[in-house]
Amino acid sequence: MKSITKQKPIEEIQNLLQGMDKVFVVGCGTCTTLTKTGGVEQVEAMKEGLQEMGKRVTGGTVIPTACDDMTEETMKENEQYIRNADCVLSMSCALGVHQLTLYLDKPVIPAVDTLFIGVEESPGYFHEVCSQCGQCILGETAGICPITACHKGLVNGPCGGTNNGKCEVDKEKDCAWTLIYNRLKEQGRLDLMRRYQPPRNHHVTLKPGIIKIG
Amino acid sequence: MSLQSKLESGKFAVSCEFGPLKGTDTHEIQENIEVLKGKVDAANVTDQQSSVMRLCSLVTSALCVQGGLEPIFQMTCRDRNRIALQSDLLGAWVMGIKNVLALTGDLPDLGDHPQAKGVFDLDSVTLLQAITRLNEGFDMAGNELTGKPTFFAGAVVKVDSDTEASAELQIAKMQKKIAAGAKFIQTQAVYDPKTFEKFMERVEKFKVKVPVMAGIIPLKSAGSARFMNANVAGIRVPDALIEKMDAVAKEDRAKTGIQIAAELIKKMKPMCQGVHIMAIGWEKRVPEIMAEAGL
Repeated sequence: MKSITKQKPIEEIQNLLQGMDKVFVVGCGTCTTLTKTGGVEQVEAMKEGLQEMGKRVTGGTVIPTACDDMTEETMKENEQYIRNADCVLSMSCALGVHQLTLYLDKPVIPAVDTLFIGVEESPGYFHEVCSQCGQCILGETAGICPITACHKGLVNGPCGGTNNGKCEVDKEKDCAWTLIYNRLKEQGRLDLMRRYQPPRNHHVTLKPGIIKIG
Repeated sequence: MSLQSKLESGKFAVSCEFGPLKGTDTHEIQENIEVLKGKVDAANVTDQQSSVMRLCSLVTSALCVQGGLEPIFQMTCRDRNRIALQSDLLGAWVMGIKNVLALTGDLPDLGDHPQAKGVFDLDSVTLLQAITRLNEGFDMAGNELTGKPTFFAGAVVKVDSDTEASAELQIAKMQKKIAAGAKFIQTQAVYDPKTFEKFMERVEKFKVKVPVMAGIIPLKSAGSARFMNANVAGIRVPDALIEKMDAVAKEDRAKTGIQIAAELIKKMKPMCQGVHIMAIGWEKRVPEIMAEAGL
C-alpha cells in the first residue's frame, strides 16, 4: 500500500508560502520517495527552487516514514534549523503533514497533493484498486472493485458507455464491468453478475474513521 | 390515451424527446409542447443531458403537463443523492407527472461543469427499486408515505454492442432493471434493423417481458453520422447510410435523413411495441417523421 502523490504547481507553492521567507523542507523516505515526489533528490531540487524564489532555506531532511511516531524524534534532531524557519514545507503525503503538525508549532505547508492509496503494478506505474469504502464487494466481482475501477462506481453492471471494452470517458481505460465479466466467466460464476446489489451504505463509519484494537 | 394505457393495451406508441435550454426563457418549451401535443404519446424531458447544466427536467415536465403534452420525466443519479431523488419524485407526482425514465446519467467530466462531484449514490437499477417502493407507499428507509404515487417507470438499454461481453452485460442489466420495476424500455438509437432483430430475439426469451420502444435519431449529415460512430457508445450507423447521406445535395439532406428514419421505423415496427424519436434539435419535425413512417 502506497500513498500516491503529485507535486503541486510551483505557483501554488509560492502562493502558500507568501509572507514566509525562511523555510525548512521535509521529505519522506517511504511513499513520496517511491513516487519521486518527496525523496532526497526532490527535496534537494525543492531547496534550490525555493532559493531561486528568493526564500532562505534553513535546512532540510528526509524522514524515514513521515506518518509514524518516529517523526517526533526527527523533528527534535532538527530543532535548531526549524526554529529559524517561518514554516515547514512538507513533501510527504497528507498523512505526513498531519503527523508533522502534531509536533511543530510552525505552520506546515504541503508541497504535494495526495491522490490515492495505490499499488505499484510495475516500476513507476501506480494504480488505485481500492476506495476503502468499508463494505468490500470483491467477493462478488472477481477481485475487481467496481467502486474504484468504474468512473461512476456502479455496482449493478455497466452503463451504456462501453466502447470495445473501454470507457467512453477515457479511451485508454478498461471498462471495469467488462473486466469483471471476463474474469467471472473464466471462473464459471457469471450468475454473480446478475445479482441485485442494493444501494451502498455511505455511512459504514462516521468520518473520521477511528478504530481502537484491544 | 396515456402512454401507460397504450403500451399496456398492446398499441404501438410513439415518444420523442427534448431538452430544456440553459436559462429561464421557456418559449422554446412552449413551442415544442404546441407542436408535439396530440401527435406523440409522450415526450421525454432530458435531465441535464450530457452533463450540461440546464433548466431542470422536473419543472419542464410539469410545464408539459400544464400544456397538455404527456411528459416522461428523465431522472439521472448524477446530481442527487437518494434523499433528493425520492423528494423530487414525490414532487413530480404532485405536479401530475406519471412517467419516469430512470437513468444512471453521464459523468460530469463530459459536460460544461467537469469539476462537479458526480453523486451516483444510486444507479439506474436501485433508482427503479426506489420508485417501486414509493409506488408501494414506502420510502427507501421503509417509512410509510402519506399519499403515494403510482409511477409508470421506464429504463433504457443499448442495443448495439461491439463485444459479446458488452452484449451479455447489457442484457443482464436490462433484466435487473425489469426486476427492479421498469415497465417499459426505450433503446439507444438503432440504424440496422437486423441488429435490432437479434437483440429482440434475446429479449423475447425473458421470463418477464415489457414493451420495448426502438430508438431513432434522424441523420442530419454524413459528418454527424461519422461523429456519432466515433464518439457515441452503442451507436453504429452503417456505411451504406452514411454514403446515402453523402450522395445527396446539401438542401436535400434533411429530407433524406427523415426518409431513412421513416424507413427504419417501418422495418422495426413489427418487432417492437413503439418507437422513441430523439430528434436532437429537430423536435418540431417529429410529426413529419411520423407521417413519413405512416404512424
